[in-house]
Amino acid sequence: MTGTDFNILLPEVALSIYAMAALLFGVYTTKDKAAGLITWVTAGVFLVLAFWIGANGEGARTAFGGMFNDDPFARYAKITILLSAAAVLVMSFDYMSRRDLARFEYPILVALSVVGMMMMVSAGDLMALYLGLELQSLALYVIAALRRDSAKSTEAGLKYFVLGALSSGLLLYGASLTYGYAGTTLFSGILSTLGGEIPLGLLFGLVFMLSGLAFKVSAAPFHMWTPDVYEGAPTPVTAFFATAPKVAAMALLARLAYDAFGAIPGDWQQVIAVMSLLSMFVGAIAAIGQRDLKRLMAYSSIAHMGYALLGLAAGTAAGVQAMLIYMAIYVTMNIGTFAFILSLERDGKPVTDIAALNMFVKREPMKAYAVLALMFSLAGVPPFVGFFAKFAVWQAALSAGLTWLVVASAVASAIGAFYYLRIVYFMFFGKDGETVESRMSAPQWIAFVAAALIMLVGAVNLFGIDPAAAVAAEALVR
Amino acid sequence: MVGLEHYLTVAAALFVIGIFGIFLNRKNVIVILMSIELMLLSVNINLVAFSSFLGDLVGQVFTMFVLTVAAAEAAIGLAILVSFFRTRGTIDVEDANVMKG
Repeated sequence: MTGTDFNILLPEVALSIYAMAALLFGVYTTKDKAAGLITWVTAGVFLVLAFWIGANGEGARTAFGGMFNDDPFARYAKITILLSAAAVLVMSFDYMSRRDLARFEYPILVALSVVGMMMMVSAGDLMALYLGLELQSLALYVIAALRRDSAKSTEAGLKYFVLGALSSGLLLYGASLTYGYAGTTLFSGILSTLGGEIPLGLLFGLVFMLSGLAFKVSAAPFHMWTPDVYEGAPTPVTAFFATAPKVAAMALLARLAYDAFGAIPGDWQQVIAVMSLLSMFVGAIAAIGQRDLKRLMAYSSIAHMGYALLGLAAGTAAGVQAMLIYMAIYVTMNIGTFAFILSLERDGKPVTDIAALNMFVKREPMKAYAVLALMFSLAGVPPFVGFFAKFAVWQAALSAGLTWLVVASAVASAIGAFYYLRIVYFMFFGKDGETVESRMSAPQWIAFVAAALIMLVGAVNLFGIDPAAAVAAEALVR
Repeated sequence: MVGLEHYLTVAAALFVIGIFGIFLNRKNVIVILMSIELMLLSVNINLVAFSSFLGDLVGQVFTMFVLTVAAAEAAIGLAILVSFFRTRGTIDVEDANVMKG
């Protein structure tokens, strides 16, 4: 029995053993000289695990008495997480080694946080949820402060730590109330106690847990850490923050909402709808005044989380499917955009100022057009994939009767288009000013161009993620 | 007779004190770390009280996990704080203001 349980848990076990072995290897051998090797091997392990999970998974299984789920939903989220983490690792190594940041701990901490994320998306119990979330968060706090000698990076780490710990506290308080009033920590057990009158304590628990998770997905009104942490952390770390952890937290939110509280959708739908509305507008409006690309991407990710939450607020299988598609597309767009931001430099120093992009098209026309595709896609302009992501979410929300929210989100996306288009404006019609170079390593270039191409070509059939997301959503919404 | 509601009240009070400790505190970051610890421990009171009330051991197992994670969290928080102090020479909350907007 335990054998089958561990068999289901094998990818996570393998990855955590790999992380510990790599740590020992790094410590006993060459320390930071091994950083390159460990980075590439870690990315390779991520890819292998993604294929393994994709090829091996059949149906839905649970392990350890329902504490751990292995279903299409978890597999979809895990593959997205692993692939995006691998992409971020390979595209950031060049940046890190040139900026004296190539520490061997970085890929190992990323691997550990990925174990936490895989645990999160598979959680079937409040304890598994909490431990997965903390494993992820603790590793992320450390890599936010990776550049120990920089005031910005340590401040980002400190802010992320304090607010992250606060959110874990809220989540945990909610979990304790849920445990007390439902009498069990198993999601399936909580679901079966929900019938008739819902105790007030359980509703309090639900709200506390939702707000704790809203911190992790950086949904307004719990978004205030995002801009500071994104700006202060080293750019490769920011790229990582903007991708895999968001997918994991969003998937965890969906799993908690459906697996544990699926019997009372009305109670969480309204909370999520309000968070979605606030995130879309905060992300769209607050980004207008930003001059820093990383801060801008922070507000952009807040807004995008708003759209993804819109799918979740629909409360239907179509809504979850739209959310999953949205997250996959969001991650692709962000990988492409960050590959570009990572490459910007002047005299060997990284540049994140928007004004530095003035007339970029004259110097690097091909890259400028690729960024154009990414920006249009982030803004949700029709022929690009980003539009289809928004369209899927809107369709799901409309059929669930959330017309007001869809109208509001269309307004928000029109406001938000302004700042993406301003970047394009600077690149194509700006004034000649200080120049900026864009220096890309091969993996970075591949990630950048591939993401930009996907924005165009993906519109044809979304590379088949549509049916995969449908299967995943049906596994969750029963 | 001390009942479940007394424990829950104490835990809720400690939890709120912890939250206020994070937001109202203008002094130094160590106080924030203490507040975080206070929040986590108040949750433990909750869990143990519920566990005893329900006659169910799961709550106490959960408490053990929370204690472990709280220790790891404190270690990481202090480590980040040390590197913050090294770059800045202070741990005042008001000095954590390089980034704004």
